Amino acid sequence: MSGAVEKVRFGFSVNKDRQIDYDANLKNVSDIVQKAEPTFNLCISCGTCASTCTAGKFTDFSLRKVILMVRRGETKGLENEITKCMLCGKCQLVCPRGVSTRNLILQIHKALKTGAL
Amino acid sequence: MKHEGKKLVWQEYQKEIADDHFFYARSCIRQTFFPGSEKVFTKILKDELGKDIYDSEHHTSCTGIGYHADAVPFETTMTVVARQFALMTEAGYENYAASCITSFGLYTEILETWHHFPEVEAKAREFLYKATGREFKIPKNLAHASDIIYKFRYEIAKRAKYRLVDKNTGKPLRVVEHIGCHYSKMFPHKGVGGAEYPYVLTGMIEAWGGEVIDYPERRHCCGFGFRQYIVQANRGYSIACSKKKFDSMEPYEPDMIITNCPGCPMFLDRWQYALSEMEGKTYGKNGNGIPVFTYEEVAGLVLGYDPWEIGLQVHQVPAEPLLDKMGIEYDPGSKFKGPNGEDLGRPIAPSYLKFYKE
Amino acid sequence: MNRKIAVIGGGAAGLEASSALTSLGFRVVLVEKEDETGGHIKNWHALFPNRRPGVEVLDALRSKLGSDVELFSGKTVTEIKPVNDRFELSSADGWKTEADAVLLTTGFSLFNARKKEEYGYGIYDNVITSAELESAFSTGKIAMKSGEQPKRIGFVHCVGSRDEKVGNIYCSKVCCVTAVKQAIEIKQYLPDCEVFCFYMDMRMFGRHYEELYKEAQEKYYIQFIRGRLSESTEDHTGKIILKVEDTLLGKPLKIGVDMLVLMVGMEPAEITKNLGTQLGLVSDSDRFLVSTDQHISANISEIPGLFFAGTCTGPKNIADTLADARSAALAIAGYFDNNHNKS
Repeated sequence: MSGAVEKVRFGFSVNKDRQIDYDANLKNVSDIVQKAEPTFNLCISCGTCASTCTAGKFTDFSLRKVILMVRRGETKGLENEITKCMLCGKCQLVCPRGVSTRNLILQIHKALKTGAL
Repeated sequence: MKHEGKKLVWQEYQKEIADDHFFYARSCIRQTFFPGSEKVFTKILKDELGKDIYDSEHHTSCTGIGYHADAVPFETTMTVVARQFALMTEAGYENYAASCITSFGLYTEILETWHHFPEVEAKAREFLYKATGREFKIPKNLAHASDIIYKFRYEIAKRAKYRLVDKNTGKPLRVVEHIGCHYSKMFPHKGVGGAEYPYVLTGMIEAWGGEVIDYPERRHCCGFGFRQYIVQANRGYSIACSKKKFDSMEPYEPDMIITNCPGCPMFLDRWQYALSEMEGKTYGKNGNGIPVFTYEEVAGLVLGYDPWEIGLQVHQVPAEPLLDKMGIEYDPGSKFKGPNGEDLGRPIAPSYLKFYKE
Repeated sequence: MNRKIAVIGGGAAGLEASSALTSLGFRVVLVEKEDETGGHIKNWHALFPNRRPGVEVLDALRSKLGSDVELFSGKTVTEIKPVNDRFELSSADGWKTEADAVLLTTGFSLFNARKKEEYGYGIYDNVITSAELESAFSTGKIAMKSGEQPKRIGFVHCVGSRDEKVGNIYCSKVCCVTAVKQAIEIKQYLPDCEVFCFYMDMRMFGRHYEELYKEAQEKYYIQFIRGRLSESTEDHTGKIILKVEDTLLGKPLKIGVDMLVLMVGMEPAEITKNLGTQLGLVSDSDRFLVSTDQHISANISEIPGLFFAGTCTGPKNIADTLADARSAALAIAGYFDNNHNKS
């Protein structure tokens, strides 16, 4: 039964698991951001930032989601996501918990570049 | 883990299971998937336990697959099921034993529906009468065939030739039990042990000497689920479900998987092969898979039935490592012989999953 | 002769009502089923929102009881019989008394976490209830069954609350803020332990509660994940694997914790239900007792001379319970004033 085996073609592949595996995910970006901008911890996911966001009207950018994704270690593709922000600062104006959103975005950007490696 | 805590839950979910005189309804797919299982069931009941079991050649599919795939309307399903009950009534039986988990779930669903909505039952009776002229009585007792084996697990243990024990070390085998979703997830009180910690297979495993593994994805579906399997494009979803379970059980180094559903053993067995071909991954030791069995096959093995008589040669993941571990005597040369001793040839071995004994 | 009021239950409501009634000039018979007064507070190490010791409040309540309060402990009242504008009371062990009015302060029981089979309480070693954690705080020893200190703890809100599957549609009010309080306390005992709270809504309704929530985030890095636990299982290392949906990301999430704390809610106490049935009182679908008017006469029952205070009419925090108890005392005083005017 040895010799060259022809690759079996099944016509489908194994679906990717979309469950967040918190224990497997790296939280280094979250750790860095938390230290660099402590108001990161204050977000209550109310979505006020995302509702006022210019970028959010025309792309799927949401700072509320970005914060959560950083927290859960779901940072794949986030570097590109975060460039959609134009740093206008409207989100900071409306945040009810005083999160320093502009600096937060800059710090996430920085951490994704350096920390995630 | 506190075993006592599970026992308390099990006490909450005890069901009545008839003692004798069963009308047996077979599964549509089990005789091709695991052809020895139903035969083992009737043999154990008749020959070992001396029970009366009626095997009707007239019954049909319960329509479960069609029903769950949205192809058969509920009214049709109820009428078909009413006809099965009519066959039971006509044969003079009151205890209905279903081989299939989905049938069992569907019968339960229909009986519950009729209990709460008598007008729906009246309609089903009318449909059946108009279509066939038949009438029926509601079964006095409805059991899944695994309930019945569970009920007689100690009698089987008394007659056992082998135990679920490693013959070299004397240690219990580590067993994954997988319950079909439709057994008790829909009606927890209709299943032995309920839905969260079903006891039906655990009871057998414990009675026959094995040790049950409680792993995180224990409750996850095997990946059959009708719709996700039937369309080829969806099979990546089906196989991902099985994979999730294998990944979760792997650290426990299980010796075997025991199931009580028609679809589960099929998928947990065959997908191990497909996963090995797709990803080069096997879940047993040294390139072996984790052998998958129906509870009847395991009961048969425990009672000392010949592995090839009970159909273990059609398993994709070979049963031999487990047979050897249990110290079961068998003739390796007869594996691929037909009922009359004729040579049926040898299947091509998979690329990664160990199939032939070296 | 002073009127005599029987107060059934010596928890927060019963203690406060007894002292309020005596200051209004009534004689009080306070009947407690346990050997000691104090109800649930005596098992509660620290109270929200300021984490003061429970015993402080209890001492204050007990010290207000004057000599006009006759305390009978270890007596479970099983029957209350209205007889000619008065009441005859008897207990399981044959003890009897009479009173001019009766105040039920029979309170709540904690939800039996075993009913949430899928959470594994009583099955997996390191699944405990909020009440058990509170006891652990009293001993100062927070440890897993192995004796090791947990490195990650999860709190599950709404266990037995907002859950029709266990027959409880209502919110128990106090569990969210208790979870936040206990999460902070964990961080004070074990600063390196990661803490997660799994909630459906954060119901920070009371004064200083939201501040406590903010403190938990800001000072203690406690993480709040919006999603209800569906099931937990032990993995091969003994870790408890939780499955929730991160509802704000719209994705299922799997996380392992060393210890799981179930925030058990309130249910009417057994004695509340039993006396309610015996007296033929109306109870709601939530099984708590029903007043003649939820807003205007919350302490008044359908039976003249029989009154309610505290959590026998639904979940309350301590401050609300005490206010309700004083309100009941006034309602009782009003009842006798009216009766007096009539005669």
